Amino acid sequence: MNKPLRRIAIFCGLLVLALLIRDNWLQYVQADELRTDPKNRRVTIERYATPRGDIIVDGDPITGSKKSTNSDFEYKRTYKNGPMWAPVTGYVSQAFGASQLENIDDGILTGNDDRLFFRNTLDMVTGKKKQGGNVVTTLNGAAQKAAFEGLGDKKGAVAAIDPKTGAILALASTPSYDPSTFAGNSTNTDGKAWNKLQKKNNPDDPMLNRALRETYPPGSTFKVVTAAAALENGLVPDADTKTDSPDPWTMPGTTTVLPNEGNLPCKNATLRVALQVSCNSVFGKVGADLGNDKMLEEAKKFGFGSEQFTPVRSNASVFSDDMNKSQTALSSIGQYNTAATPLQMAMVASAVANDGTLMKPYMVSELSTHNLDVIEHTDPQKLSQPLSQKNAQVLQSMMETVIKPGGTGTRAAIPGVTVGGKTGTAQHGIDNSEKPYAWFISYAKLSDGSSPVAVAVVVEDGSANRDDISGGGLAAPIARDVMKAVIDSKK
Amino acid sequence: MSSSTNTPTHHTSTIGSIGTPSRRNTELALLVFAVVIPVFAYANVGLAIDDQVPSGLLGYGLGLGLLAGVAHLVVRKFAPYADPLLLPLATLLNGLGLVVIWRLDQSKLLQSVNQAGNAAPRQLMYTALAIALFVVVLIFLKDHRVLQRYTYISMVGALVLLLLPLVPGLGADITYGAKIWISVAGFSIQPGEFAKIVLAVFFAGYLMVKRDALALASRRFMGLYLPRGRDLGPILVVWAISILILVFETDLGTSLLFFGMFIIMLYVATERTSWIVFGLLMSAAGAVGVASFEPHVQTRVQAWLDPMHEYMLSQAGVKDGVVHSEQAMQALWAFGSGGTLGTGLGQGHSELIKFAANSDFILATFGEELGLAGIMAILLIYGLIVERGIRTALAARDPFGKLLAVGLSGAFGLQVFVVAGGVMGLIPLTGMTMPFLASGGSSVIANWALIAILIRISDTARRPAPAPAPNPDAEMTQVVRP
Repeated sequence: MNKPLRRIAIFCGLLVLALLIRDNWLQYVQADELRTDPKNRRVTIERYATPRGDIIVDGDPITGSKKSTNSDFEYKRTYKNGPMWAPVTGYVSQAFGASQLENIDDGILTGNDDRLFFRNTLDMVTGKKKQGGNVVTTLNGAAQKAAFEGLGDKKGAVAAIDPKTGAILALASTPSYDPSTFAGNSTNTDGKAWNKLQKKNNPDDPMLNRALRETYPPGSTFKVVTAAAALENGLVPDADTKTDSPDPWTMPGTTTVLPNEGNLPCKNATLRVALQVSCNSVFGKVGADLGNDKMLEEAKKFGFGSEQFTPVRSNASVFSDDMNKSQTALSSIGQYNTAATPLQMAMVASAVANDGTLMKPYMVSELSTHNLDVIEHTDPQKLSQPLSQKNAQVLQSMMETVIKPGGTGTRAAIPGVTVGGKTGTAQHGIDNSEKPYAWFISYAKLSDGSSPVAVAVVVEDGSANRDDISGGGLAAPIARDVMKAVIDSKK
Repeated sequence: MSSSTNTPTHHTSTIGSIGTPSRRNTELALLVFAVVIPVFAYANVGLAIDDQVPSGLLGYGLGLGLLAGVAHLVVRKFAPYADPLLLPLATLLNGLGLVVIWRLDQSKLLQSVNQAGNAAPRQLMYTALAIALFVVVLIFLKDHRVLQRYTYISMVGALVLLLLPLVPGLGADITYGAKIWISVAGFSIQPGEFAKIVLAVFFAGYLMVKRDALALASRRFMGLYLPRGRDLGPILVVWAISILILVFETDLGTSLLFFGMFIIMLYVATERTSWIVFGLLMSAAGAVGVASFEPHVQTRVQAWLDPMHEYMLSQAGVKDGVVHSEQAMQALWAFGSGGTLGTGLGQGHSELIKFAANSDFILATFGEELGLAGIMAILLIYGLIVERGIRTALAARDPFGKLLAVGLSGAFGLQVFVVAGGVMGLIPLTGMTMPFLASGGSSVIANWALIAILIRISDTARRPAPAPAPNPDAEMTQVVRP
């Protein structure tokens, strides 16, 4: 019987060998794949096992972490003044993932980023727990507060930029939401809060970041771009030469008159006057005379047609490329298909204020470790040159006229500060049936000639009275407060 | 270490020479390690979970040490020539099992789903009972050949044990898994674990008697000895019972274990390879046949082929008549997350397996917290136990002892393969538990009894042959010699 016994011994050895091979396959070959499988709950457990790094504004965190109870996810996110900062931070939720900055810089915030590897290893050796890094933003707390409170319970958005660098100073969107309410993973509280915020349950869509992700017809504020195109292409030599503009003006190829709002001195008006009183006929004709291609070229230089990565992505603003002359005329006064994000219009104002140079907008100035060593620093970057310095200064003087008495944007004036701006009241809906959008874009200039802030404000609704909804009435005061907040904080 | 090293003929079998070392001191030294390693592991878990040495450390260490000490003393007294490895290896596994069961007791998640809390104290109690049975076996079973007398009683006993879970009112109706449990006075018992031993006794007794008929009366066909039709009877009966187990108790593992054990013993008894071929064909046919209509077995096979799909079904709460379980995928994640060296005891998340985390799936916790290294060590320990058992079979001097030893070792090895293979996704999952490691009284008690019988057989095998009776002629011849 010993021969078969030996064979059975070998057979049993083979069984053990098969198990050993399988185990090596599982725990060596496939280990990383299994370990990092997003469905493997350990990945999420590990992610929330340490306090998350913070998002910093003006040197102070606007986020925090607290120990959660009754969950294997140890820490959950908290937000200071969540609704105000939500368009900047986005959210991070144990149940619903992350968005915007919280998502883009997740690696830094959780400490899993490769750039933190060396430090984490050091910490491990010295027995310290892994710690996430911080995201330092360019935002200005006072400006953000002015923007958020200015919008109040109205629906709208504000974007403010430092024209010299492209640093984003304010980014507000209302109605907003508090990301703290669904940071955990409880079906009862977090799940309900989340569901309430979804667009299908809430027509106001509070989780939409209107400053970056909503495009609105820019209305008359787009006339700044059209004016820039007129100057750059030499169609109009300067701000104060009379243009050849009939009023009423019939759009080429149609029998439709492009009307002006009220009885305005638009006939053969200079560009300055046309911008000051917002003549549709003058800028419509400028657009038609320049044609689709030249208008598109100028719009693109201002950033239309491309997404911006701040690093949070903004939607691309639209200026169509296949329009006839009348459509181009309409588009040139910010109607028809033209659509822009508030960030885009703030970029337009900032390029004019920065003597024609458009800087790339950004909101993260630094990524740092938890003890503030800089991992990555963002340097300002030039994006394009939509207009020459000379033309930019011409346009500045035109926009400053808008704020002066007789212009449409007088409510944006700040004593002791030069302000240039442009109002807009964009119609939308079928036959313009819906409430117009009130727009205002502007910049402030200090006595030393430097411009610390450019801002775009859009208010979606407000008073039921259509006449009251105008950029000058609703949006300009918000822009003024934001600019003032920035200027005051620099003192 | 083997008894044969001293034999001049270099046969690695049968009679050990006179003066074979008893190896009891080797066993004692190994036992010290087998107790100390789990004690350190226990402290390790406490430090990892609560940042302090667990308060129960002393009690646990003394308890395990005492049990091991008693077992050792009994072996020293009643089976002095027994194999020195079996007791320490089993003690080590048992001790580590206790540690990990205690570690899973600490998991809040498992406590909240009512899957743990006080499993470790109960397991320690079962271990004490098991050692008691071990002692009883060694004291009262002076010679394993006594068991031969109970061949046919064993058959009846094994059948009863196997059928118990099917008795209405007695069989524990567990929604998950196989119907291999019975419930008596609040205790869950797995009769299959005991049936394993009783059945081995029956097979050994039966085959010892019939082996010549089964081996010799055969025809040769294509290089294989084909048994006569009527000799196929016994194998057909065992096969049929295995299939019935598979159908009614829906447990592939138990079925495979018993049929596999019979095939191994049949092969050893007859030395005919043809039985192996027959056995493989029959088990394959049976498994495929049953899987084609039994939904529970089908689910297990699907979960094996695509554990992720099964996980998604269970997460989505799909109700289609069969229970979808996330366990298979959770176990794979546990192994994968452990990697080469593991997370360290007490620092993994194997509690995510939830149901049966400390019994059927306990190996996954070892995998996650001790890593590839730990699992390889544990598998090798199991391998060693099996090989020492087969070594015992080789050394045994009587055919009954040989068959019983190889049957028990083979069944033990198959069980390890079926359970570990199931948890690691090598084969479909079954409802059996890892011997010694898993929480569960039946398993630990039955397996200690199994070790006791192997120790008894090895003692008989390695015991020095009685000194030849003095031959009165011999002395005289010498004297007379000129």
